[in-house]
Amino acid sequence: MTLLIAVLVIALFGPFLTPNDPAAIVGAPGTGPGAGHALGLDYLGRDVLTRVLWGGRSVIWLSLAATALCFAIGLAIGLTAGYAGGIIDPVLMRTVDVVLCFPPLLFFLLVATSVGTSQLTLIVGVAIVLSPGMARIVYSATKETATRGYVEAAVMRGESTPSILRREILPNILPPVIANLGLLVTFSILLIAAVNFLGIGIQPPAANWALMISENRPIVSINVWATLAPAAMLAALTIGVNLVGDAFSHTLGRTETIAEAVATPAGPATPSFSPTEVT
Amino acid sequence: MNDHGPALKVTDLTVVLESGRPVVEHVDLELAPRETLGLVGESGSGKTTTGYALLGFARPGMRIASGEVQIGSESIALHDEKAARRLRGRVVSHVPQDPATSLNPALRVTAALADMRAGGATSSWVTDSLTRVQLPATREFGRRFPHELSGGQQQRVLIACALANEPPLLVLDEPTTGLDVVTQARILDEIARLRDQREVAMVYVSHDLAVVAQVADRIAVMYGGIVVEQGPTSELLSRPRHPYTRGLVSSIPDHRVRKVVRGIPGVAVGIADRPDGCPFAPRCPQVVPACSAGVPELASDGVRSVRCIRADQTPPLSSLENTSGSRPADAATLLSVEGLRVAHHGRGTTVVAAEDISFEVRVGECVALVGESGSGKTTIARAIAGLHPPDGGRMSLGGEELAGAVRGRSRELRRRCQMVFQNPYESLNPRRRVIDEVARPARLLRGMSGRDARAEAERLLERVRLPAGIGRRFPTELSGGERQRIAIARALAAAPSLLICDEITSALDVSVQAAVIELLTELRRDLSLSLVFITHSLPVVASLADRVLILHDGQICEEGSVEQVFQTPRHERTQQLLQAAPAMSDLVETTGGGAQQLPASSR
Repeated sequence: MTLLIAVLVIALFGPFLTPNDPAAIVGAPGTGPGAGHALGLDYLGRDVLTRVLWGGRSVIWLSLAATALCFAIGLAIGLTAGYAGGIIDPVLMRTVDVVLCFPPLLFFLLVATSVGTSQLTLIVGVAIVLSPGMARIVYSATKETATRGYVEAAVMRGESTPSILRREILPNILPPVIANLGLLVTFSILLIAAVNFLGIGIQPPAANWALMISENRPIVSINVWATLAPAAMLAALTIGVNLVGDAFSHTLGRTETIAEAVATPAGPATPSFSPTEVT
Repeated sequence: MNDHGPALKVTDLTVVLESGRPVVEHVDLELAPRETLGLVGESGSGKTTTGYALLGFARPGMRIASGEVQIGSESIALHDEKAARRLRGRVVSHVPQDPATSLNPALRVTAALADMRAGGATSSWVTDSLTRVQLPATREFGRRFPHELSGGQQQRVLIACALANEPPLLVLDEPTTGLDVVTQARILDEIARLRDQREVAMVYVSHDLAVVAQVADRIAVMYGGIVVEQGPTSELLSRPRHPYTRGLVSSIPDHRVRKVVRGIPGVAVGIADRPDGCPFAPRCPQVVPACSAGVPELASDGVRSVRCIRADQTPPLSSLENTSGSRPADAATLLSVEGLRVAHHGRGTTVVAAEDISFEVRVGECVALVGESGSGKTTIARAIAGLHPPDGGRMSLGGEELAGAVRGRSRELRRRCQMVFQNPYESLNPRRRVIDEVARPARLLRGMSGRDARAEAERLLERVRLPAGIGRRFPTELSGGERQRIAIARALAAAPSLLICDEITSALDVSVQAAVIELLTELRRDLSLSLVFITHSLPVVASLADRVLILHDGQICEEGSVEQVFQTPRHERTQQLLQAAPAMSDLVETTGGGAQQLPASSR
């Protein structure tokens, strides 16, 4: 928790703490840490500390936006497919499976080459890549909940479908979904970082942790801090988000519910995300 | 054999949680060779824990604090893990509750049996063991895997496994729960036969007093972790001394005697909420302040023992009046079902769950649909409720056509037909307060204002005898019996004329089941409510229903008044069901004489 707050403070308020311009070239490229420049200078001679303080904002807002969008897509698909049944269920879920089959980075290369790179493509792309996992979790939880007596009682008294979804099903599938949200934020941070590192996402000269790692690779032997500092910040951020997510689902006291929802998939496959897939 | 003294003597058995809270306290049991002791109690009574402790085993999170078991001439301290290990299999063995999950799915029958036999097994021994439990001793059968056996066969294999080392004592933990009545009857016969032939003493653990009454010579009744009463079966059942035993006997319905079941008020105590003193005191009709002073001593007269300071005050089982009352023989038809056909449609396959179902329910009448699992009874109920659109046939309620799907029905029809679901743990929205859950149908279907609906909900919660203030709570904080009452209140909130009850008591303890049946009987009388009552239990039918439909393989195989069907069953299937259903009436003689044997009660 403290870890996450520290990283967030640095990322969000960092720009106010430094007087320097992140894009200003202040000295010889690759100068090591010294007076005035605690972490030295990068491959173009810009102040690393300043750039680290600036570089978190885009990482965080991009991943949060992508997560929010992904959450919305996943919830809509999962609820519809899980509750409607009939022909809608297989059509939606097989589509989801197809998207799940694409390697995320390949998908990005495809999008980047066809649409071009912008922050919007980045957000939408990440949301699309990650939403099948969310959709699957929502789907199986919905399927399980839809056969419960209270849902059937609501059907019998003639409640409208949106009302059933909102009042009877949604509140009861939220615990596993929310618990998954922490993981989702982590994945989107990593994915966005990976994409930025490859140069598909945010373009130089913007300050961005992932981009900094990529840019400063050539001078890693001259000023190691130029790559190490942003890498450490990324690591701290993902770990922090993860720990907070865990703590959150524990305090919800819903760990059994999560296990239940995940252990009883109504479809042929369970969500199959692993960090290795992303990095 | 009797010269050996008792086969089993357990003294001062206490099992505690890791926190030190007792689960089972100071249990003393004694068992003669070839005797069967029934250990009876409701959920949370500690009966299963006691059963395990006889093998020197405590489930995770529990610990045997004290206790000594004397078997033959040997005496073993149960809390000594090493010593207790010598007991298992050789001296005591265990037949577990759920046969399907208790057999190793990767072992063939022969291997499973051989695995149990100390010192290796010969093929002739395997053949003998299979024959002993009346299983086919063929090579083909021995090569089967557990999933290729029926539930009854699995249980027989487990019994054979338990007998592998010829222990003098067998602990059976609910060996027939989960099996259908007919299979249950066969297993019970098997157990009785084994006991007579093999000189095995048995401890039979069960929640079902009617089943225990059939197999046990003596019964020990447990409540809240202590044995409250112990004595020979027929004496204990016909003249219970402990008020809990009396309550338990009164709450068991019986299909041979049409009697009014009486529930025990309140909820069985769990491990966490046991009161000081007598654990039954909060539910006891004859409680005095002294009851909460301490757990009463077990008073014994040599044959029977009871743990109650006012045992001599326990009234005899009496005045079990019969339920015949207003039988609306000429009332108008409310629900009419004609030629109903319901199927399950899977991917490319169609399974017909019910076919050619026709029946009528008159105003104020209770019609029971009875059948084993898979007989289609629940599917029929769901079709009437509009949750499973039928493939053919017609249904009408009060003269109005009932559309197959709920969405095609008018608000008035939706209001008049309500359902109570099987599993009380899943039938209430865990995220909604009880009062809102009950008020919703009144608002939606009767057009009440929010305030009126809540007032109506409060009234109904009181009507189903739930304590005041329960409306503010969430269902997860409540017991199964309480939840089922709320589900009934929710159905009543629509002011229905037809109530469909789908196995609503099957997940409940007997004393709670009896209280729910009592409530339904009362509601029927006061609100002239018609019921379609789905159940697999014949005794429950006898205590509640007017007419009964026996279902088999999706078809009605017999139909008639309860008296008629139970007295003179015509269909082979009905006869089987009736024979298999355990009944206590042979053993229990009521002193009040209010109970009527069915032949006398014919209209």
